[in-house]
Parts: sequence; structure tokens; C-alpha cells
Amino acid sequence: MDLAYGPQYEAFRAEVRDFIAKNKDKAPRRQGVSRPSEEVIAWQKLLIEHGYAARTIPKEYGGYGAEPDILKSRIIAEEFAAAKVPLGIANQGVSMLVPTLLELGTEEQKKKWIEPTLKGEVVWCQGYSEPGSGSDLASLQTRATEDGDDFIINGQKIWTSTAHAADMMFCLVRTEPDKPKHEGISYLIFPMSTPGIEVRPLVTMTGHAEFNEVFFTNVRVPKKDIVAGRGQGWFVANATLKHERGMLGDPNQAGTRLKEIIDLLHEETVSGERLIDNPLFRDRLVQLQSRVFAMQFHGLRLLTASAKKEDPGIARLIVKLQGCELNHQLAALAIDALGELGVLYGNSPHLRAYGSWQHRYMFDLGLIIGGGTAQIQKNIISERGLGMPREPKPAKA
Amino acid sequence: MEFGLSEDQKLLQESIRGTLERVSPLERVRKVAEAKDAQADDVWQALAELGVPGMMVPEAQGGMGMKLLDAALVSEMLGRFVAPVPFIATAVMAPIAIAGAGSSAQKEAWLPPLASGAITAGVAVAEVASGARDGAGVTASGGKLNGKSLFALDAAKADVIVVADNAGGLHLVKGDAAGLTKVALTSIDLTRNLTELQFDDVEAEALQSGDVAATLRRVIDAGRVLLAADTLGAGWAMIEQAVAYAGERKQFNRVIGSFQAVKHMCAEMAAELEPCRSLIWYAAHAFDEIPEEATLMAAHAKSLTTEVGRFVARTATEVHGGMGFTDLLGLHYWFKRIGLDRQLLGSPERVRNEAAALQGWAA
Repeated sequence: MDLAYGPQYEAFRAEVRDFIAKNKDKAPRRQGVSRPSEEVIAWQKLLIEHGYAARTIPKEYGGYGAEPDILKSRIIAEEFAAAKVPLGIANQGVSMLVPTLLELGTEEQKKKWIEPTLKGEVVWCQGYSEPGSGSDLASLQTRATEDGDDFIINGQKIWTSTAHAADMMFCLVRTEPDKPKHEGISYLIFPMSTPGIEVRPLVTMTGHAEFNEVFFTNVRVPKKDIVAGRGQGWFVANATLKHERGMLGDPNQAGTRLKEIIDLLHEETVSGERLIDNPLFRDRLVQLQSRVFAMQFHGLRLLTASAKKEDPGIARLIVKLQGCELNHQLAALAIDALGELGVLYGNSPHLRAYGSWQHRYMFDLGLIIGGGTAQIQKNIISERGLGMPREPKPAKA
Repeated sequence: MEFGLSEDQKLLQESIRGTLERVSPLERVRKVAEAKDAQADDVWQALAELGVPGMMVPEAQGGMGMKLLDAALVSEMLGRFVAPVPFIATAVMAPIAIAGAGSSAQKEAWLPPLASGAITAGVAVAEVASGARDGAGVTASGGKLNGKSLFALDAAKADVIVVADNAGGLHLVKGDAAGLTKVALTSIDLTRNLTELQFDDVEAEALQSGDVAATLRRVIDAGRVLLAADTLGAGWAMIEQAVAYAGERKQFNRVIGSFQAVKHMCAEMAAELEPCRSLIWYAAHAFDEIPEEATLMAAHAKSLTTEVGRFVARTATEVHGGMGFTDLLGLHYWFKRIGLDRQLLGSPERVRNEAAALQGWAA
């Protein structure tokens, strides 16, 4: 156990701090909801030049080209968070498509797509889930049939965030309907401007259109725009999902949220009494603080395992389930502590924190369901983590 | 930056595991429990051969001068095997008290025999750590103790007992001192002993070097971290037994472990308990290296782990169905071990209240 980073890393930390001090006034105030704004794109360019974004992406594809060093990545994240300065773009293109192409794309695909994606010039959306294929994603029915040098796509996707603003989609389609379900899927990339694509916003319980439905009617995509090969889509998707699951349940987000709640309980009063002086809220706060600490230290343990290239086994599998649930419970405490104020929303008088506690409470439920439901996570933990038997396949009708 | 165990620590834990597998199987535990004698001398002797009694004693007094994190790894294994031995008080809390607040003469007199395992020590601090019940409390005056202390740990056969008085002072009392009456308290957990100590003008040596209040604080913090580690080990033993049972027991022509209802119970237990490991490691590390965080982190580790422990104990029992409820299977030894860990040295509510006060949140 050694929680010190050592002189080499402390020198790096000093460099990062220096960069932030010199450049923080160039940081964008707003991230831009679905497309990066001009100032976000300029900030991203500066971050890539200094190695604080796209750090380990090779230079030839527009990255900074550093050796992977998980501790340096953590120091960057820590220092930017401490200074409340935003990091670079972390949309689905940057966090999912880029690593997937790096791992499995052709040279031409890498050259063409990675750099503009990193720069924020090309925005991607993910076409995975379908109305009939959620937890059982491999049952997806969107068809791509051959026609000369092209595929013709017909079908529907759902839960496609940013589809209305995206330039491109990475998409799972069924190319081999006669093969077993996992072997008949291919991974295609194509522009959202391709004729035959219709995007309809999907309004969620939060009142915002955070997702879309996407309909395909005879959408023509050249065969060369496949990643890996025909029938390899499931393998490619799993490579991509691995990158997504790492992002859900981040304990540092819970730590930030806990601090906000501590402030809230100290600042808000009811009938003249501070909320922190109510022993029931105080007890809930300490209970959640225990859990936040536990997940943060758990994160450090996983980080150490990654740096040593060790497999942490079940410890890794629980992060999405526990992390998303913890965030949800934190939002619930804030709402409860606010009493009637906790239900105010929209532009209501007396609104607190722009109604964000309710928004987070609802959106977190979406995160508990999305990216592999809590129940799917429990299947994964029990089957892969504890070695319990898989659900028997239902008998064929 | 390395948040994890060293190779030496992994080896330590494995050697304790190997020894306990050999000397403390469930049949041995059962015999000890049935004899109502929560101290298996042969098991303790086997651990003494590995240096366990002296692990926390400073090297200057013949011990190994190890860290609380090392002791937490041992405690985890003792919980995993529901080992019927004194450990928390005799090998950890008492050495911390004597090394922290003892004079040179006291250290030289008591620590070497504790380190070698020649003697054992008990600790009576429940009134400070958990509050006084049934009129308990100890007063010290003119080198004599009067009153009573409940729930003394490892004290039944101890040669020497560390006692906290009502004013926060610490004292050493010989196990056979005149005027000392030991009353055995029978708890659900027959793998560890609890004792009521009654003092009638009992001769005591004060431990009064340095900051005694801080030493008493550290004695309790250490005990809390170790109880949490005990629950971590016992909880994982219950999860593993539940998974194994669910993989064999058949109903409706399937092993019950293939039903999602059962699998999800097991997944929830693992998902809740595993983060406690990191919290316990950090709390132990803070005790060793970051003293300003030690008390808060010990409180968090104790509170969260024992809350999760209760959930694991009942859920693992339910996975076993009716068999879990029987004496035959013996699963209840772990259930009760976890039950005792939870109440000792401050139950979750009390400990959280302290955590709030430490951060200035109490009214």
C-alpha cells in the first residue's frame, strides 16, 4: 500500500497544474448539449497539443502519441476536477468509436475517421438497441442485404442519443439471417445524411429528448464501410461495450455529488433549523459517505490492478451496478432533504439547483437500466464473477 | 501509487489460511462451541508458530512490528474460518495500549511475553466505545479499580487485562488479581468469549505515558477495523458456501443456482461486500500512515461492513433454504460471528453518529 505517486508523477502533476493555471480562462463555460461548440473545439485542440486529451492515440491519427500510463491519466483527471476545469470531449465517438477503430479498423478507416472525431468535427451516434432487442441485443433484426457493392439497410434503432445532431453512426445490422444470432451481425459505419434515414426524438421521463429513434428505409451503405468482417459485428460490439461500461458508475462523480449534498444540508434550513442538524438526514448522509469512500477506494484498487495488468475479477464487474445505484441514492437524499422544494422542476419559483436533483434522480434511473440493466449486471456478476450456471436455454418452440 | 497488498502481505494471508484450513475446520469449531469454551488452545498455538501473537508488538519488545493492515488480513482469515481464538484484544488492542501508554518498565514486562504467546491479554473498553449499559463503569482511585465493565474481549483466560475507566484513563489488571470477579457472558457467538469484569478494590497499574486519550482512541479504532475485517472474511465464506450449495441443490429438475432469483441474491451479496474490502484496507492504511483520517475511516469501515454483513448473513442463509436454518450444516456459526462483530465496539448507528461529530456535523 503506497498512496504517494512519487517524484516523477508529482513533477507531471506540477506540469498539469501549470497548464491549467495558464490556460483556464480558455476553458469553455458550456459543453454544448449534443455538438461541441466552437470554444469546445478550440479547447480540445489545445488539450490534444499538450497531451491532456487523446493522450495515448498515435500521432499519425491525430492524437498526442504518449505511452499509456494510467497514473498520469488519473493525475490529469484529478487536477482538472480539482480546478473545476472541463476535460476534453468524451462523446461516444471519442470514447467508443475511436478505440474500436484503433483495435479493429482498417488503415483507411483509421486515417479517415479518428482525427476528425478527436477534434470534435465529426460527431457519432451508436445504433445498437432496437425496440425488440434490449438486454438480448444479439437478437437484433435490422437487416442489411447485399446489392452489388452495397448493403441495403432496413429496420429501426432506439435509445440513440445525439442521433439528431450526429454526422455518422456506428451500427449493428444483421447480414447473415440464417446463421446463429451472434454470428450473423455486422458493424457498419455510415453518414446520418444517407438517404432513407429518419430520426425522431424520444422524450424521456425527464421531459427532455435525450434519445432518439432512428428508422432505416432502403439505406444504401458501401460494403467497404464495415469494421472487421461480415459476421464479426458481435465481437466488435463487445470490444466497444467494454469501453462504455468503464464509463458508467464512476465513483468520482459520486464524490462530487456527495460534496454538493454536504453543502446543501448546511445551507438549507427548514423552520429555521439547518438540515444537517436533523439526525435522520445526518445519518443517511454518513451512510452514503461510507459508500462513496468505499467505491472511491475500490476505484483505486482497480486502477492499481490495471497498471499492473492484473485481472481484478469480480471487483471490476460490480462497478456499474454499485456506482449507478449510489448516484441514484445520493440524488434521492437531496430530494428528501429538500421536502416539497425537492419536487420543483422546470422554471418554478423557489427552484433549487435548476431542478437538477430531480433531473439526476430520473436520469440515473435511465443509467441503471441502460448500458446493461441492473439485472443483466447481476447475471454477469453471478455467472462470470461467481461461476454460477447460465440460464438454461428455453426449448425451441 | 499502489492501492493493494504487497507480495509479503499476500503470503501472510495465504499462510494463515493454510494453517486454519488444517487446524480449525468446522468440526473443530463445533467442538469448541459445544464445550462453551471459546478458546481453542491448539489453534492459537498453531497461529503462535506463525508469529501472530507478536505481529503488532514493536520489534524492540520481541514482536514483529507489523501494521494494522497486516492484522486486518489475519482478522479476515479468522472470520472466514470462524476461528475460536483470542486475537483482536490480545494481539492487537492490548499491544497498542501498552506500547502507546505504557512506561518502559511496563512495556518490557508485558510486551515480550505477549509477543511470544506465553501470555494473553484482554481488553475492557466497551463503556467508552459503545456506551455504558446496566450501570457499568469503572472508577480509579489510589491505584485501585472499582465498579464493573461489560463485554470485555478475550478476557476469560487472560493473564492481564487493559481496562478503561470512566475518566478515559487506562489501567493494567492481572487476570488473577484479588477482588476481580469474571462473569462469563453467553452470546450467540460461541467462537469468542465475552466477559463481565467486576472490580472490588482491585489493584491496577495505570498506563499513563504520553497522550492516553489518543492511545485509547487508537485502541478502539484498531478494534473497529479488525471487527470489520472479521465480517469481510466471514461474509465471503458465507457467499462461497451459498454459491456452492446453489450449484448442487436441485429443485424442479434444475440446480437452484441456475434460477435468476437465486443468482441475483448471490450477485447482490458480492457486489455489496467487495467494496468493503477497499474501505477496510484504506482504514487500516490510514491508521498506520494517515493518523488524522484514522478515526473517521475506522468508523466508516465498521459501520458499512457490518451493515452489509447483516445483509450477507441473512441472504446466504436464505439461499441455503431450510438447510441454512439447521444446526447440522453449521452455517449459523458465520451468521452469529457476523452478528457479534456488528454490536461490539459501537454498533453502526452509534459509530455513524461519531463520524458525523468528527466532521463537525452534529448539532
